Amino acid sequence: MSDLYLIMLSALQHYSYCPRQCALIHQEQIFEDNVFTIRGHLAHERVDSGESGVEYGLRVERALPLFSERYGLVGKADVVEFLADGTPYPIEYKQGKRQQKLHDEVQLIAQALCLEEMTGKTIAEGAIFHHKSRRRRVVALTPALRAHTEQLIIAVRQLLLSAQIPPPTTERALCENCSLVEACQPDLIASASVIKRLRSQLFSVEDEA
Amino acid sequence: MRQLLNTLYISTDEAYLRLEGETLVMSVDKVKRHQVPLHHLGAIVCLGRVGMSPQLMARCMSDGRSIVWLDENGRFQARVEGPVNGNILLRQAQFRAADQVDKALMLSKCFIAGKLRNSRNVLMRSARDNPNEVEREQLAKAAKALAINLRNLEHAESAASVLGLEGDAGRVYFEQMNTMIKPAMRNTFEYKGRSRRPPKDNVNALISFLYALILNDCRSALETVGLDPQLGFFHEVRPGRPSLALDLMEEFRAVLGDRLALTLINRGQLQHGDFDYREGGAVYLNDKGRQTVVRTYQERKKETLQHPVLETEVEIGLLPLLQARMLARYLRGDVETYIPFFNK
Repeated sequence: MSDLYLIMLSALQHYSYCPRQCALIHQEQIFEDNVFTIRGHLAHERVDSGESGVEYGLRVERALPLFSERYGLVGKADVVEFLADGTPYPIEYKQGKRQQKLHDEVQLIAQALCLEEMTGKTIAEGAIFHHKSRRRRVVALTPALRAHTEQLIIAVRQLLLSAQIPPPTTERALCENCSLVEACQPDLIASASVIKRLRSQLFSVEDEA
Repeated sequence: MRQLLNTLYISTDEAYLRLEGETLVMSVDKVKRHQVPLHHLGAIVCLGRVGMSPQLMARCMSDGRSIVWLDENGRFQARVEGPVNGNILLRQAQFRAADQVDKALMLSKCFIAGKLRNSRNVLMRSARDNPNEVEREQLAKAAKALAINLRNLEHAESAASVLGLEGDAGRVYFEQMNTMIKPAMRNTFEYKGRSRRPPKDNVNALISFLYALILNDCRSALETVGLDPQLGFFHEVRPGRPSLALDLMEEFRAVLGDRLALTLINRGQLQHGDFDYREGGAVYLNDKGRQTVVRTYQERKKETLQHPVLETEVEIGLLPLLQARMLARYLRGDVETYIPFFNK
C-alpha cells in the first residue's frame, strides 16, 4: 500500500482562500502573524487548552486530534460535541465574520470526514461558531459539499506534490488581509517588467562615457 | 512592511541576561542594570563575555529572535539555534543552483554588480563633497574605472574573470580611501592598504568591525528566509565560512559599511582614544569606540532608501532581509532573475 502524502486540515482552508498562500505555508514553511492571525490565536485560546469534559450533558472534546487514512488528512478539531448516541458534532471556531466562499465549510466537512472514519458514525451536520457574533451556524454535510471537499483534497495534494508555487491571486483584495503578503510579494511577482528593465540596466551606469 | 525591530547589543563584560516575564533583564554581579521588553527586540548580539539563561534562549527561539555571540572585534563565535526549520525545497534548490555553473555565475555577477554600483556611488558622493579639484578628479576617475569594470562584468564568462574584475575594482576603490577622508582627519585615520587579520590601522579596524556587524545581519536574514548561509555562489565553500552571507554582503559593504565609516571619521565621531594599539601593530576599536560604532550603525539602519525593485522607501536595516527573500524567490523559480540592491 502506498502512503498517501499527508495533508493538514488547515491546508484545505488555506488553499480555498488562495492556492499560493497554501503553498507558502505548507511547502515554503513560511508563517507570519498579523493582526488577524493574532486575533485568531486569542479566539482559540480556550479551544486549544485541550480541556475536555461534560458540558450541559454533552461530552465535549477540545483540540481533538483528527486523522483520516482514506483521505490522508491530519489535524485538530477545535471542538467536537458527542451526541447521546456517540455521533460526533464538529464545531469550527472562527474569529471573523462569515466568509463569502466556502473556506470554513470545507474545513468543517474535512473534519467530519475524519470523524466519520475514526468513529464509524455518519455525520449529518456540524456548526461554525463565529467568535464575533457568538453565534453558531449549522452546516449540513450535503453530498455537494462532500464532493467539493474531496475535490479540494485532491487539488491540494497535487499542488504540494508538484513542489511548485502558484502565482499570486488576481483577487488582490485577498492580499490585504493576508499575513503572508510580505513573504508572498505579489507586487514583486507582478512587476516582471520592472525586474526585466533593471536587469537590462544592471551592468551600466549613465555617466560612464 | 515588516517592522524593523531593534537589535540589542550587549558589550559589558560579565553581563548576564535572563528572562523575567515579558522582559529581558541584564545584570552584572547579580545587580540588575537594565530591563527591556522583549517585543521590541528582533535580535540579541553579545559582544565578548556575556552569559544568558537557557529560559531566555528558548523564549527567543520560539519567537524567532536570533542570538549570537561575537568576540570583542566582531568575529563570529556562536549562535543559538532552535529546531531545524525552513523549507527543505528551498535549500535543495539552493544546492542545485550552486552546482549549475551558469546559474552560479549569473548570481555572482549580480552580487558583484551591486557591489560595484554602490562602491561607485560612495566615490561620487565623496567627490561631490570634496573642495579640492585635484582630489575631485581623482575620485571621478576611480568612479569611471568602476563603471568600466561593471560593464565588463556583464560579459564575464567564468568565475575567475568575475573574481578578477571584483579584485581590480576593489583595488581602485580602496586606493581612494585616504582621499575620501577629510584632510583634517588624515593624521589619525591613515589608510595603509587593506589588512584584516589583524587590522593594522584605525581605518581597517573600523571597517572590519562594521563588516562583521553587516555579515551577521546578512547571515541572520538568510537563516530567517530558510537559506543555508554556508553555501555561496561567488564565495567558495569552505568549512566554517558563511559563503552565501559573504555573497549577499557584497551589495551592502558600501551602503552600510564604508559610507558609515567615512561619516564616523569625517564628522570626528571617532578619535585616537577610541582604538587599542597592540604591541607589534594590531589595531582594534576599544570598548568606547565600539559603543559609538554600534550606536551609529543602529541609527543608520533606521534611515530609509528607495528600493529599486519594490519601488518604495524601505528601512536600511531591512535590506538584507528583503534581498534574502528575493534570492529565495528566484531560487524557487518564482521570479526570473535576481536583482541586487543598489541605490540610484
